[in-house]
Amino acid sequence: MYTQGLLDHSEETEETPEFLAAFQKRIDQEEKIEPHDPMPRAYRKTLIRQISQHAHSEIVGMLPEGNWITRAPTLKRKAVLLAKVQDEGGHGLYLYAAAETLGISRLEMTEQLLKGEAKYSSIFNYPTLTWADIGAIGWLVDGAAIMNQIPLCRCSYGPYARAMIKICKEESFHQRQGYEVMMTLAEGSKEQRDMAQDALNRWWWPSLMMFGPPDTESSNTDQSMKWKIKRFTNDQLRQKFLDAAIPQAKRINLTIPDKNLKWNKKLNNGRGGYSHGPIDWEEFWRVVKGGGPMARDRLRARKKAWDGGKWVRDAATAYARKVKR
Amino acid sequence: MEKETLLWEVFVRSKNGLSHKHVGSIHASDKMMALNSARDTYTRRNEGISIWVVPSHLITASTSNDISDALANSENKIYRHPSFYDIPDDVGHM
Repeated sequence: MYTQGLLDHSEETEETPEFLAAFQKRIDQEEKIEPHDPMPRAYRKTLIRQISQHAHSEIVGMLPEGNWITRAPTLKRKAVLLAKVQDEGGHGLYLYAAAETLGISRLEMTEQLLKGEAKYSSIFNYPTLTWADIGAIGWLVDGAAIMNQIPLCRCSYGPYARAMIKICKEESFHQRQGYEVMMTLAEGSKEQRDMAQDALNRWWWPSLMMFGPPDTESSNTDQSMKWKIKRFTNDQLRQKFLDAAIPQAKRINLTIPDKNLKWNKKLNNGRGGYSHGPIDWEEFWRVVKGGGPMARDRLRARKKAWDGGKWVRDAATAYARKVKR
Repeated sequence: MEKETLLWEVFVRSKNGLSHKHVGSIHASDKMMALNSARDTYTRRNEGISIWVVPSHLITASTSNDISDALANSENKIYRHPSFYDIPDDVGHM
């Protein structure tokens, strides 16, 4: 039904060399592409894949943090965590809506997720063992996500860029509340300090992996950069994150769990930056392929929520039919 | 197979004096649910004082071709712009 009217886009674009060149010219001139515009099939497909994965990540990302809502140490922390998790749900919805403008339905995307056919950020397949994990997630995981998301505000596809602007505005409190949790623990008793350090130890490497494989092995980067879907490569973003996070760890006297961490004067065009030790990409691929400790739980929880909500969706549809009559 | 709920477009007026602006879309089966869901989804930080929700399929939209024809038409009419007219500087502000 939604494919009529507003979202009526034709996918019958004939991809002649002239058409592709004209499309690239629009992109090069920083024009935004909007839902009705003709676009190459691969551009549409890449965006559907990226935006839906992003949306799924927001939704699945509610689970590890939701795990601590009932056990947050104070009422303030509980209210903050509730607001954060609610934001993540909202972000998922903005993104599903942006993906729908490309001609896929939210129901299809939901089904792909529940069948295990769609990917989401593998970071959410790690467990949240202690309260300090909530701090580490806000500080590092949201911090890494923000690095990724800020350039997406300038993405060439209008609906995605607009969704990202709203998301980035809301996201900055997420990182700040996480850092504040870590800072409070780091200034606390020895047990609290140890708990903060332990969380940093466990979340550091998975956070670096969030930027994806190194540029030399990233298959989609070139075309996505050309289409201005991506503005920076995985390694460039990872570098920005390192340079921002390391001084933040020092500031609260926590130790980055990387013996090979070094200041390198040559990085960032001679301005200097941190270089890190080797990343365990085997672990990354294992977790991406569903091998994370929590992978099964996450999908089970999503499926339970979807199945459990069915009677509500059915009742709402029946009610709408009744009032229309 | 489960049926998709209706898609609605959401417009928010951020304050009196400004027009409603499109912010995104939501799914809902009826108009009250659409309003509530739009409020929860798009105005968690006092973004607006008024919300419109419109079933997406009721909106008729132009295609990019219609629009480029219309634009071409008004591009010929440069005399609609004040800068088209040469008025001596000593006439003063006009």
